[in-house]
Amino acid sequence: MKTTRLIDLVPHIILIAGVLIFAYPIYVTLIGSTWDSGTIGRGGLPLWPGGQGMANYAQAWAGEAGDRAMYTPVRTMMLNSLVMALSIALGKIAISILSAYAVAFFRFPLRMAFFWLIFITLMLPVEVRIIPTYKVVADLGLINSYAGLAIPLIASATATLLFRQFFLTIPDELLEAAKIDGAGPVRFFIDVVLPLSRTNIAALFVILFIYGWNQYLWPLLVTSSGDMETIVTGITKMIGTGESANDWHIIMATTVLAMLPPVAVVVFMQRWFVKGLVDSEK
Amino acid sequence: MATVEIRNVRKSYGPVEAIKGIDIAIRDGEFLVLLGPSGCGKSTLLRMVAGLEGITGGEIAIGGRVVNHLDPKDRDIAMVFQNYALYPHMTVFDNMAYGLKIRGIPKAEIRTRVDKAAEILELGRFLDRRPSQLSGGQRQRVAMGRAIVREPAAFLFDEPLSNLDAKLRTQMRVEIKRLQDRLGITSLYVTHDQVEAMTLADRILVMNHGVAEQIGTPLEVYQRPASLFVAGFIGSPPMNVLDGRIDDRGEAVLVPGGQRLALPQPRPTDAGRAVKLGIRPEHLAVAAAGFSIEIELVEALGADTVVYGRLPDGETLLVRMAGIPTVRERDRLTVAPQDGALHLFDAATGRRME
Ligand SMILES: Nc1ncnc2c1ncn2[C@@H]1O[C@H](COP(=O)(O)OP(=O)(O)O)[C@@H](O)[C@H]1O
Ligand SMILES: [Mg+2]
Repeated sequence: MKTTRLIDLVPHIILIAGVLIFAYPIYVTLIGSTWDSGTIGRGGLPLWPGGQGMANYAQAWAGEAGDRAMYTPVRTMMLNSLVMALSIALGKIAISILSAYAVAFFRFPLRMAFFWLIFITLMLPVEVRIIPTYKVVADLGLINSYAGLAIPLIASATATLLFRQFFLTIPDELLEAAKIDGAGPVRFFIDVVLPLSRTNIAALFVILFIYGWNQYLWPLLVTSSGDMETIVTGITKMIGTGESANDWHIIMATTVLAMLPPVAVVVFMQRWFVKGLVDSEK
Repeated sequence: MATVEIRNVRKSYGPVEAIKGIDIAIRDGEFLVLLGPSGCGKSTLLRMVAGLEGITGGEIAIGGRVVNHLDPKDRDIAMVFQNYALYPHMTVFDNMAYGLKIRGIPKAEIRTRVDKAAEILELGRFLDRRPSQLSGGQRQRVAMGRAIVREPAAFLFDEPLSNLDAKLRTQMRVEIKRLQDRLGITSLYVTHDQVEAMTLADRILVMNHGVAEQIGTPLEVYQRPASLFVAGFIGSPPMNVLDGRIDDRGEAVLVPGGQRLALPQPRPTDAGRAVKLGIRPEHLAVAAAGFSIEIELVEALGADTVVYGRLPDGETLLVRMAGIPTVRERDRLTVAPQDGALHLFDAATGRRME
């Protein structure tokens, strides 16, 4: 009895250690956002909360002048990031579910050629095609716009592939039953394919929202004005090059705020997964 | 309700001919079973009737209207699939109602029709459940309900009972039969199970390699199989087939081992011809003279007994006897066919010799 209990403890200890290791930097950030810049600047950050929290967050949120520099207010950056991440996530899902539907359910000339074209783009990361993409976006006059931020990132081979694989598991007979019931391709998509894809869509939404939220290189290139700043690029711009001291308390408050939307999406969407799993459709 | 006519219908997949010209006129209200081994083209033929498969040649008419180029939804048919093909995210009610909704039938009438079908199929309690919360038999009944509510001109079934266990299959078979008797809707039913075919069918179309070997009532197919293939496929255990030759006067068949079996009618024109001689195991009985066999195996099935005997020349002869076994392995036994139990087939073509 005793030995088995000890063995049971080991995985728990390992897991707890893991959680501590991952959680510690976040904890430090959280604590740091509640002290004044002087305390952090001296390098001796305490491990307990300070009293400056409200002031720091208010300052970061509203973007009033920091001690040393002017920043874009967090509320603006959060809104920009939110619009970008939502557009990317929803756009990717919409585009990829439709193209996967076409590839999986229809026979048309060059079907496999299109499939492989989509597949090949998987092998080209954003960074590789960033210069031509920038040129196109610039020529279209989309610099410093939400469209410019989101549209180039919307095409998604990965999501298309995932949806296609899922669609291939939908039995042919279901499509045939729907044909006999009188459902055309659009109805079948709306009435059968979409509801069956709910869990996949929820899972992809979480992944893609976080992907969009964390975009760095592209927003850096395609925005130049402060009011189009996204939060991820904004934070890095807050950290100076060493010529002047940084407003660490504001930076940390901003970082904490930047973490909230992705966390909210995960927590909220988790309910959906569980629902999808419990409903267990076969 | 309607007739279904299949006129010289063919289907090719590239160079492969899956259906090689089938002709059958299904009468209004008739239950036609397509029977044949796996891969013989039964599903292909059924799916051509449904409109799920293009027709390479020939014509299909439902209710007198040629449907070759109509979409499945415009053919006025309903289909029941082997794996049920229910919409997993819809309730039983919605599964049955979906086709009616698309057709724009008023809500109240949908309700009435679904309730009626649910009553017939005893699904009333399950209308709010999802398919995943039902047993296999219940799911199959929902699939049938979906077909019934449409009130189609014809029902198409593709091996609807194959996914059920043996007991449920027997039960559902009876239910399908009752349902069809009650509704009187023209039905095409695909199966590889001869018992299903014999019990359900008004007529059976026995298929092999994309051709119709025989079309007839279950008893016709059993009593007068049109070919060696049908003879071997219908009946369990299968018919004994022996090589034989018609004697020089055309009055008897000679089988290896010296047996001489008198023909019911002399066939002088066939004198000397090589034939295949078919005798069903249940038509052999212990006799004073006849085939002498050594018993190799005795299968006691309870109601009857199947004896595997070996003829002197080494061929196997099956004998089916009523009741529990009265013989044992290694016994010797003499059996002879009953009157009129001989089936003669052409040795070269395998066709029945009338
Ligand atoms: N889509 C297809 N492409 C090529 N060959 C096919 C296709 N569907 C069926 N076949 C062939 O047609 C023949 C008949 O198939 P099927 O009608 O499914 O047989 P059954 O239902 O009697 O088992 C088989 O030999 C099968 O391999
Ligand atoms: Mg089949």
